[in-house]
Amino acid sequence: MAGMKELATLVKELEEQLVTCIRCGMCQSVCPLFEQTRKEADVARGKLALLTGLMDNIFTDPDGVNERLNRCLLCGSCAANCPSGVNVVEIFIKARAILAEYKGLSPAKKLIFRQLLANPGRFDAMVEWAGRFQGLFTKSSADAQGTSCARLISPLLANRHFMPLSTTPFHKTLPEKGFTSTGSGLRAAFFTGCLIDKIFPNVAKASLKVLAHHKVGVIIPPGQGCCGIPALASGDRDSFTHLVDHNLALFEKHDFDVLVTACATCTSTIKKLWPTVYKNPSDNIQQKLTALAEKTMDINQFLVDRVGIDPLKNLSDPAGPDAGTDIVTYHDPCHLKKSLGVADQPRQVISAAGCQLKEMAGSDKCCGMGGSFNIYHYDLSSTIGTIKRENIEKTGCTTVSTGCPACMMQISDMLGKAGSSITVRHPMEIYASRLKKNTP
Amino acid sequence: MIPRSIQDALQKIVGPQHLLTQKEDMLTYSYDAAVLDPVMPAAAVIPENTTQLGEIIALCHENHIPITVRGSGTNLSGGTIPRTSGIVVLTGRMNRIIEINEADMYAVVEPGVVTATLAAEVEKLGLFYPPDPGSMAVSTIGGNVAENAGGLRGLKYGVTKDYVMGLQFFDCQGNYIKTGSRTVKCATGYNITGLMVGSEGTLGVLDQVILKLIPAPKDRQAMVAVYDTIEQASETVAGIISARIVPATLEILDNFTIRAVEDFSKAGLPTDAAALLLIEVDGHPAVVAEEAEQVKALCLKMGARTIDRAKDDAQRDRIWAARRAALSALAQLKPTLVLEDATVPRSKIPDMVRALQDIAKKYRIDIGTFGHAGDGNLHPTILTDRRNKEEFHRVEQAIEEIFDTALAMGGTLSGEHGTGIAKAPFLEKEAGYSSILFSRQLRAALDPRNILNPGKITGV
Repeated sequence: MAGMKELATLVKELEEQLVTCIRCGMCQSVCPLFEQTRKEADVARGKLALLTGLMDNIFTDPDGVNERLNRCLLCGSCAANCPSGVNVVEIFIKARAILAEYKGLSPAKKLIFRQLLANPGRFDAMVEWAGRFQGLFTKSSADAQGTSCARLISPLLANRHFMPLSTTPFHKTLPEKGFTSTGSGLRAAFFTGCLIDKIFPNVAKASLKVLAHHKVGVIIPPGQGCCGIPALASGDRDSFTHLVDHNLALFEKHDFDVLVTACATCTSTIKKLWPTVYKNPSDNIQQKLTALAEKTMDINQFLVDRVGIDPLKNLSDPAGPDAGTDIVTYHDPCHLKKSLGVADQPRQVISAAGCQLKEMAGSDKCCGMGGSFNIYHYDLSSTIGTIKRENIEKTGCTTVSTGCPACMMQISDMLGKAGSSITVRHPMEIYASRLKKNTP
Repeated sequence: MIPRSIQDALQKIVGPQHLLTQKEDMLTYSYDAAVLDPVMPAAAVIPENTTQLGEIIALCHENHIPITVRGSGTNLSGGTIPRTSGIVVLTGRMNRIIEINEADMYAVVEPGVVTATLAAEVEKLGLFYPPDPGSMAVSTIGGNVAENAGGLRGLKYGVTKDYVMGLQFFDCQGNYIKTGSRTVKCATGYNITGLMVGSEGTLGVLDQVILKLIPAPKDRQAMVAVYDTIEQASETVAGIISARIVPATLEILDNFTIRAVEDFSKAGLPTDAAALLLIEVDGHPAVVAEEAEQVKALCLKMGARTIDRAKDDAQRDRIWAARRAALSALAQLKPTLVLEDATVPRSKIPDMVRALQDIAKKYRIDIGTFGHAGDGNLHPTILTDRRNKEEFHRVEQAIEEIFDTALAMGGTLSGEHGTGIAKAPFLEKEAGYSSILFSRQLRAALDPRNILNPGKITGV
């Protein structure tokens, strides 16, 4: 194929990053996918070799490499443990974009990313509409996690226990002009994120309650879009860049000390990918993205490192629900611990809420969600998720907490299918439940 | 390419999922951790059990198809680089620990068991499997046996060969061979076990390994000694050995490595130090206390600026984290890293250290030196960019001079990485032509069709 030479030239953009892999193979010890399949093409070293192969133009078509490149959770376990410091996630994201731009996106993805996701108003309306009718196709499974499953046999849903869309997304509970509150010191802008807005609005509500309790001024600009990771993971750098533009324009109108999110993936995307994968940024845009990335923080980290929390003393209702009796185990989202090094802070938040924290084995092992990986490789995703579920159950906990709504979905699915009574809650939900109700 | 009929036969043995033939997959089995040109095999198979493994070998023998067995592909001498006409046999699914016998202190494992997994399992029972190659988090026991892997504890505890009690393997035709036993002593037949360890897949294909376990040491003490000259540090190494003290670990880091580790990990290492010795003694608490005192006195006598003892496990962990970070830290400096392991009699460590510094200067290349000073096994680590042909040529010349230097001191080309492809052309220098001929004859007798990992060790 004549175009393969052109593709090789495109991949050459990654050469300086690709050559840093010395093929030592240490990534095999931490890759959750390799642990299951033990195939070299499933681990970072193999994928980096494949990209080098594309660069050397040894293949007749890009499909085989593309398919293998997409078999990846993008969890970053390899990068976090790489002796040579290979920036694996960034390489893979850029390579997916190069391949998608070369091959063209599938019509379905084009529709989803270009027509819906990249257009936040339309996306919100569509999801809201879907939320009203979801009961026709799915039923509540009456479990502790509040999941749903398919009413009829559906190849798309299979036997998933998925989190239903909230009947009222978070942004609908805010004033149309957005939300602003004044505090006594720090000012935080809150980036909601799609999953929290549409599936876990309670996490956002709990976050606001906690921020208000600590007298942090909050700004939530209206019309926020997705952080762009779903588009980017599928290689759609155009939709990603469009979304970054949209969000950047919203937030730059306001004055704030930190941008906080309660979603590990959004935080990691804003901090790590907005400044590095944005398509052809001008110097001005690059500066803004770098500055915003530096100001962005996970909400647990913000609370512990910037606001400062005092166990229990700060709580308005030390005897509230969960007091003392709740045994909580914490799952480290890959996008918090491996990408950003945030691991202690969420635990401190949980302990500060008076819960007994009990560590599970492999708390920082990926839950197997991996965004669209879960959609395209549900069996593998579930096998990896089952290991997580078993580790959670072995602690004897009543609640599993994690700082990422995508992990919350996966863990809810795993626990729901197993009929477990363990509840899944964000650290903010746990902390907020110990605060009196009269805050927003 | 291998004929369709053979692909079908392989598929019949392992199932369609476990036969890989697409070019993309072949590329991922074309390399290992050695700095060598990749070679793509014709197919890769992933057997699940002994029966499948035996059938694969018989089929390959019948059809003259070369076999290269691959564990985790962390080999540093090219031992797992296949032939284009050959297949790669992956041991990933044969990863069961079959037995850990506490009463008789041995373990029986399949070749795909990861070294660290076995070490952790036996530790739970208060037992100890000492060989700890740097790659143990991913390396497999099969690979360790085939390469006679070493590690940080070689000095006191020996290397993989000292722990292999017996083996079960397939010969080139697929016949099942048993050698050694579960007993401490065994005097029957040839010592085929000894022959197989380090044979790099050229004499047979491993199916099961019986490994010796020992009681875990009751106590240990880690120490760090800081030196202003590398000569003082290397003289200390020789001094400790001649004082008849055998630490579990005795590692050296040169200034280049210290600075790289400090830049990388901010561990608080003295970047102005010319060398560090990291020392650990272990055993009965009384012996540990006494030896720690002796080592301390010796280090100071030899001119150590300071010597600090780890006060608790956390401090001990920090010391070894610094050592483990050495390769990582060096790897970040340049795109290509050539990790050598020429080894000398331990009394020659001071001479070898000096020679390495001279070689780095002579060929104008960066060499970071760290490693197992206590057993004479240094790791001169050359940092380069393979794409820079002129520099890489100087690197190759430097490597050859390192080999010559080690041999002149009565040493060996490889302490623990194996011969593979990388060192095969140099083996004659170490052992002489008649030794190579003997090895080739042995090989020809046991594998007349030359299907077992051809090209490795003997160069044919």
